[in-house]
This record gives sequence, structure tokens and C-alpha cells, in this order.
Amino acid sequence: MVATCASATARTHVMAKSPLTNMIGSTNMGGFFAPELAWAGFHHLVIKGKAAKPVYLWIHNGEIEIRDASYLWGKTTTETEWAIREELGDEEIKSAVIGPAGENLVRFANVMTGIKNSGGRTGMGCVMGSKNLKAVAARGTMDIKIAHPIDALEYNKQFIDQITSAKVNQTQGALGTPFIWGATNSWGGVRTRNFQYNQLEYADEVEPENIDAWSKKSCGEYNMTACFGCQVHCRAKYKIPDTTLAQKFGLVGKYDEGPEYTSQGAFCSEPGCTKLDTLLIGNHLVNQYGVDNLEIGSIISWAMELYELGILTSKDTDGLDLKFGNDEALLEMVNRICYRKGWLGDILADGGIPAAEKIGKNSFNYLVQVKGMNNLHSDERATPALALNIATASRGSDHLRSRPAIDLYHLPQDVMRRIYSSPVPYDGPLSSDQREYIGKPWQVFWHENCYMAVDCLGICKYHTVFLGATLPNFEDWPKAIYYNTGLEMTPKEIWDVAERCNNLERLFNLREGLSRDDPKKGDTLSHRYFDEPCRRGAPDVIGATIDRKKFKEMIDEFYEYHGWDKNGVPTPETFKRLGLDNEPSHLL
Amino acid sequence: MEKVLMIDYQKCTGCRLCELVCSVKHDMVSNPARSRIKVIKWESEGLYVPVSCQQCEDAPCMNICPVKAVFRDKDTGAVMVNYSVCIGCRSCIAVCPFGAMNFNPLDKKVFKCDLCSGDPQCVRFCNVKAVDYVDATKESSIKKRDAALKISQAGKLGATIQYEG
Ligand code: SF4
Repeated sequence: MVATCASATARTHVMAKSPLTNMIGSTNMGGFFAPELAWAGFHHLVIKGKAAKPVYLWIHNGEIEIRDASYLWGKTTTETEWAIREELGDEEIKSAVIGPAGENLVRFANVMTGIKNSGGRTGMGCVMGSKNLKAVAARGTMDIKIAHPIDALEYNKQFIDQITSAKVNQTQGALGTPFIWGATNSWGGVRTRNFQYNQLEYADEVEPENIDAWSKKSCGEYNMTACFGCQVHCRAKYKIPDTTLAQKFGLVGKYDEGPEYTSQGAFCSEPGCTKLDTLLIGNHLVNQYGVDNLEIGSIISWAMELYELGILTSKDTDGLDLKFGNDEALLEMVNRICYRKGWLGDILADGGIPAAEKIGKNSFNYLVQVKGMNNLHSDERATPALALNIATASRGSDHLRSRPAIDLYHLPQDVMRRIYSSPVPYDGPLSSDQREYIGKPWQVFWHENCYMAVDCLGICKYHTVFLGATLPNFEDWPKAIYYNTGLEMTPKEIWDVAERCNNLERLFNLREGLSRDDPKKGDTLSHRYFDEPCRRGAPDVIGATIDRKKFKEMIDEFYEYHGWDKNGVPTPETFKRLGLDNEPSHLL
Repeated sequence: MEKVLMIDYQKCTGCRLCELVCSVKHDMVSNPARSRIKVIKWESEGLYVPVSCQQCEDAPCMNICPVKAVFRDKDTGAVMVNYSVCIGCRSCIAVCPFGAMNFNPLDKKVFKCDLCSGDPQCVRFCNVKAVDYVDATKESSIKKRDAALKISQAGKLGATIQYEG
């Protein structure tokens, strides 16, 4: 649906085998690249093989050219984008690029476009780097045909009004994703100091309102910006303040966008830092280097815990005092990882599991990951549905593939029933209590299909039921699809497409060694979820752990809905039902 | 009463929905290259400025047109192009101080904002009101109000500074 009249059709999706998880690699970003590529005449690119020396692709009105990128090698993400515009003499060129992290084959390097749009999970930037592909540049002035233009326009208007009338999106449009932080940190839903605590104290400076105040001060009263065609405009603009730290890094006054909720995790809650400038600088560094903020924040915090435990020593860190709350050490480590500097920087750049193997000494025990990918800084011990979500997400620990985020809203039963029994009937239990285990497997299953459909449609999750129960889902998309493309689909058909995609990803992962209880490759959680109770937060959060037995039952039930056996392998009937029986990759 | 497009670039979030809906409304396709309004961006600053036709009173495009193809619509006040007269010489593009007259190489036609016959779609879709459609006389009074507010704030600040010594 990219570049059509459906709302916020801005998303670029990048897929390959992940160098971080060795399983499905998949990442999705907003911005302006995808529509530009569409106006240049292409909706999908398949890039095979590897260039002998650095190159970039130049895609323009139906033509693709491979061009020399040696002069771009070493440049940061935005430097690269601006340089390509200058070389080709067109300010409207949009590029998907890698920064130094991708070039240096950091296994969780991003593909980036614009100032801050990050294809940030599973290391797709590393894949581009391994192909010597610095950038894909696009510029197009070709028409995208809209099947029923006037209807599409009117329906878009209706969508926009529905979307922007939701309180959650209004808040999002004022404060950006950090607005969630205010809530999750106060009830104890974030992970701090790796996994030791679940609430960040003395965090006033990095509360959303304070970030917003700085943002306004540095960028004017109207300080939000948006992806293509989006009226939610969820990202704040800011300039880096003049502080000692900013001076040290030579970044005073630099412009950037965000910081997102994940950056608050990476540069505040997980490493136990509480300063606004650290957050803003950290966010800028990851955007410029092109690296996954979430992964790098988690992995440094893990190293910090190892350092405090004495598993890592100052010899390993080349003298860096890598303790929790050391802002400068945190930012220095970002630098070292992206440039693979020093022993520790180099091994951390390979991701948690390989690094744990090199460090040894029980270090793996402290790594909070699923399938080799670190989790968002959220703490799911008090929310079994969310725990099930990260354990089973196809691309590894992941909050964007199946998270039933609205499970936290205590929705009335009839509202839940309305959402979850369509387009496929469901009359099983549903619980409005987020601490419950009952009914949750269905919710996770439903959201998994929902978000897959969203990603397939190329629209943004904030324009769907992701954070707002009244926002569009399966029932609303058929019209948008029909008016824009002329394709007639029922909600159930969209669901089926999503289910097929999810099963294909499952097959891929099974081929790569997924096995249910394997702590490194399975649908399971770090033992700390089961063994270490939450220490802080609201009364119903303190003392929470995930119950092993109930967790196992949730997984069983979740597999059942998919039509998978007890090991999570799709059954022959499931292949048949989905029309996948001719799919060769299931011949494992 | 005659109305005008009022642009407040400070409010613009840079989403370019105006460009999309303009092309869909007028040409039935999605293609910003066909849009009458265009968001000019300084991305490394976060500065976005929507630019469109100002429907100038003493319109250079109208004045320069050698065949008098450019005229003013009586109802909306929009400056329009009469395609049965236009010879596509593009003089109007050359003289427009805002770059608001465009040329479409596919149809080989100049084109410009026609205020969608009084219901500009860019305005309708812009929830933040970076582009608004207001009474011609209101535009300046809105600007006066903004300026007055700034002056009063500056006055207050001045008083505080004096008071605090
Ligand atoms: S909600 Fe945010 S991420 Fe989504 S399209 Fe709008 S600006 Fe982009």
C-alpha cells in the first residue's frame, strides 16, 4: 500500500537471514524512502551476491544503476545521504543507508533513512555491509495508480480522523513514544541495571515532559515531525544541549529526532543513567553510526553487570570504568562497539551469545535474550501475555511482532471480545487482568497475525490497533485495499495471508535450529524471568515472576492455535489448510 | 468573502500529505511531482516550509502571459490557467517568485493551485493547520495577534529582568 492514499504508508521492510540470531532477519522503518522507491517504479528489490568494492544503487524512474561508493565508505548515515544528493544533484533523493556500524559488520547494525528512521532489529545493516552495499538511493516522479481515487481520498480522511481522535495518538503526537515511559517506569515495567531492578529512580530529567520541554526550547513550540503522510507525527525534534559531555563528544547544538522510548531504555533505564544529555547524545550516536539502540543499550548494560560482578575486569575494558550509571563510559562503549575498538568492543559487536562464549565464566546467565536477540528494556515478569510474546516472536525477543500492548489497558470484556473474535471466531476465555495467564495465548496469536498483516500492508503500527483499542484493524483494511488497489479482500483473507507469512517464518527458523526449550534458540525466556522476582514498582508488580508451569501451558496453547505440534512444528494439516503443502522449506 | 491559503511553516511536521492528496485530487494518481503544493525541507535543521501559490493581486504570471491564458476566478479569487489558450511557453514559471507555477513534462502543461474550487484538500488533510484557508482580511489579523503576544511576552521578560536586577 506504500505511497497510496491509505494512511501513513511510509514503511520500508528489509529482510535477510539475521547475522545476529541466525534466524529470520526482519526490520521495518518509517520515513520517506519506501514511497520514493515506489514513485521510482519499484516496490520490491531482491539483492543477491556481493560487490567487489563499495557500491550504492541509484534507482530512478524505472532504472537501476550500480555506482561507486568508495568515497562514501566511513561516512555516517546522514553524511552519506547528503553526499549522494550532492553527487547526483537532486535534493529529493531518499536513501536507505548504512553507517560505520554496518561497514564494520556489527551484527546488530541498522539500515537507516533520514535523520532517525531505523531498520533497527536483527542486523540488516550488517548484511548490507557484508555485501559492500553502502546505500540504496531512490528518486521517482512516476505515477502510482489509485484504483478509486476519490473514494480512497475520502476513506483516508475518515481513517485520519479516527486515528487522530484517539487519545493515545494525540499524546504520541505531543510527546512521542517517550510518553509510555512515564507510565511504565512508574508502575515498574522497565528493566533497569540489566535485569536487577525494574524501575529507574531519580529519572526526572528523562521523563517525557522534560524531554518535551527541552525539545521546545531548542526547536520551537511546534516541535514534532512525521513520516510520509502521517498525521500522528510521533517524533520530537531536538538539538543537543551545551553540556560538558556534549562538548567532550563535539556534539553541541547538533540536530536530531526522537529520542524514542527504546533510547530511554538504552541510555537510561538499562545502564542506570538519568541524565538528559546522555540520552540525547546516545540517541544521536546510534542514529549516526547506524546501530540498533535497543541491542547496544542492552548489551552494554549486560557488560556493566558483568563488570560489577568481576566477570569482566578493567583489563578487559582497557581501563574503562564500566559501572552502572557511568554516562561517559556508556557513550564511549557505543563508540567502541560501532568501530570494533578494543577487545570488549570487538566481541560485543558480535552480539550477546557469541560474546558470552568468549567471556565464559557464567556470563551467559546474565544475558537477557531470546534467540540471540536482546529484549526491549521492558520487564515482562508481571505481564505473562507480554512474556509469551517476546518468547515466541519469530525474529527473537521482540515487542513489535505480537505484543498485545492493549492488554495493559484493563479493557472491558465486551471490547476485548469484539476485537479478538474477528475475523476468526473465538469464544474462549479473555481476561482484562494483565497478570493473568488465561486467554493470553489467543491474544498473542491474534496480534501476531495482526502485526504481520500491518507489516505486509506497509502501514505504520500506530495507525492500527497496536496501542489503541479503537484504532483500525482487520475490518477496516479491506476498504482501504480496495479503494487504493482495486483488490477485493475479506478480513479473513488478510488474516490468512498473515498466517501464511508467520508459518513461513516458522519454517525458516526451524530449519535454522529452533527448538522449543533451547535457551539460545528456543521459544523461551532467560531464567531470570522465572527465578528473580521484581523488586520495585506498583504493589501488583513487586514479587512477580513468570510461573514455569503456566508458561509452558501458554506455549502449548499458543502452538495449538497455530496448528503446530508440541515442538512448535507446523502439522501436515496446517500446511494443507494454508495451502503451503508445496512449500519446499518444510522438508527439514 | 475571498479566502486565502495561510501557511505557518512552524507548524509543518514535514509529512507531505498535502502533496499526496493534491495529486490524487487533481490527477487521480499518487505522485508528488504533480502536486501544486510542495514542502521544501532543510532536513538537517528540522525546518519544513510548504510552498504554494499566493494568488497574488498583481500576479506576475498573469502579467507576463503573452496570450492572456492566466485569469482570476471570480468566485474563489484563484489565479487559473485557461488551457484552450495556453501555448505552454512557460513564461509564467520563469516569473513566479515562489515557484508555484509548475510544469508537467508528461502532459506538457503548466499547472498551479486552483484552491480546489474553494475546498483546498491540502487544508482539509492538514490536522496541524500548517496550511489553513482563512478570510483574506483575517490573515493579517492572525499575524498581528501572534506578534502582539510575542511583544507582550518580551515585555514581561524585560520587567522580570529589571526587577531581579
Ligand atoms: S506514527 Fe510516527 S512512526 Fe508512524 S508513520 Fe507517524 S510519524 Fe511515522
